[in-house]
Amino acid sequence: MLCDVCKCNDATVFLTQIIEGKMQKVNLCDACSKEKGVQDPTGFALADLLLGIGAAEEIEKGSSTQRCPVCGFTQMDFKKAGRLGCSTCYATFTEALTALLKAMHKGTAHVGKVPQRAHRAGELTDKMRNLNESLQKAVAEENYETAASLRDQIKQLEGELTS
Amino acid sequence: MKFSNVMSNTGEWLRGEGPHHQIVVSSRVRLARNLRNRAFPGWAKKAERTAILELIKPHVEKLPEMQDSFSELLQDLSALEKQVLVERHLISREHAAKSAGSAVIMNRRQTLSIMINEEDHLRMQSMRSGLQLKQAFKLLDKIDSALESELEFAYDQRLGYLTACPTNVGTGMRASAMLHLPGLVLSELINQVVQAVSKIGLAVRGLYGEGTEAMGNLFQISNQTTLGEKEDEIIARLTKVIETIIDKEHDARQVLIQKKSNTLWDQIGRAYGVLTYAHAMSSKEALNLLSIIKLGIDLNVFPEEKRLPIDELFMDTQPAHLQNSSQQKLNAEERDHLRAQIIRARLKVLPKPDISKLAKDSGNGSSPASSER
Repeated sequence: MLCDVCKCNDATVFLTQIIEGKMQKVNLCDACSKEKGVQDPTGFALADLLLGIGAAEEIEKGSSTQRCPVCGFTQMDFKKAGRLGCSTCYATFTEALTALLKAMHKGTAHVGKVPQRAHRAGELTDKMRNLNESLQKAVAEENYETAASLRDQIKQLEGELTS
Repeated sequence: MKFSNVMSNTGEWLRGEGPHHQIVVSSRVRLARNLRNRAFPGWAKKAERTAILELIKPHVEKLPEMQDSFSELLQDLSALEKQVLVERHLISREHAAKSAGSAVIMNRRQTLSIMINEEDHLRMQSMRSGLQLKQAFKLLDKIDSALESELEFAYDQRLGYLTACPTNVGTGMRASAMLHLPGLVLSELINQVVQAVSKIGLAVRGLYGEGTEAMGNLFQISNQTTLGEKEDEIIARLTKVIETIIDKEHDARQVLIQKKSNTLWDQIGRAYGVLTYAHAMSSKEALNLLSIIKLGIDLNVFPEEKRLPIDELFMDTQPAHLQNSSQQKLNAEERDHLRAQIIRARLKVLPKPDISKLAKDSGNGSSPASSER
């Protein structure tokens, strides 16, 4: 069995941890276990990372035949490399990655910087949703004049979104 | 700018003028960014990597911060030149292993370096002397915004910036500081500090990042997580922890002066003796001894104006810097001789350690150090 961290040496240290009632197993070679401080029971410096590897095992159990439509990456490739193929992989393997990210990070959602481009797109999407809601309301109320104006606005917005 | 210019200029962040510079050698922040719908560098074929490089590079080169920059393809750099850049922390060890399809662009002051096609399409880092994480981030944020207006970065409403490794997803930001902690090491408190820091989601590493040994009592401390916390929150949290460590280091030094002055005096004396008279020295031994001399400067045992020459030796005695300064190819043994020779020459100007200064600065006239004399 190969080491989960370096993926080149044979694993000699087998670690089992119970985290939140779930069993996580990690296999490490001698060098990696020393480096990660596993052999020092008081230390456990990189528990977060080990958690991450534990979650990677879960990925393997998932559908391993799935391929990323953009770059052709598979879950097995991820298991081997520990890196993803392209940004679309996050959407392709979302199920498996959710557990991994949860174990690895402080939260599960980004709260930091938003690029201007995405910021503007987000605003437009919100605006579109509001217009559609208003349109349905106007139609339901048989307020056709308002509905026609809303429809024009939606068309214009669609143009902006696709540009 | 040519590589020889890079060599002849000491990086501004190395000059030790920032806040808390006695203990915080440098602060650095890096951001990872990728182009949308393009394979990450580790998965992309050579042709695609080259195409991505050609797409990104002009935008980086025309940044106002990159005027008169050093811009080089990794395939055009020799192994030695790459190693020199690694020793200066201008490129990562991983990037040094790259060849076709990767590049590095850095500014003249060596405070800003942008790697193209490292693990991610873009790895941008900003370096400062002392504790200045906030300032380092501010510059990067500006550069990131400028690039983002022209390049479409991989970004997800929920997960934030998407990176090749899931450990960087979200902010894509790693903020770190290099700390010089001889006091905590000498008083054997360092493991406690390392463990405490690890428990609160921060990482402690050796001199050259992940998996490297702590040499010269130098430790890198950085944020471990990137998702679920804002950039400025991460930096504020890290800065606070570093300030606490700075206080602990000062406390440890005071305790050493008060209670273990013999040990301290012995360490400084030995470091001075070996560095001044040795004829062969490994880079590890050099770093460890120079660290003690640096501590001696902090404690006024050596004059303050010798700080810069000592700080420069930390870098100049690294293997690739040493090799680069010599005209011929050296083996390990020859390097150890040359290293000792350079150190001896530079230390000629360093006066003998003056323990009376140490005693005076302990702030307490009845310290054991002064009664000893």
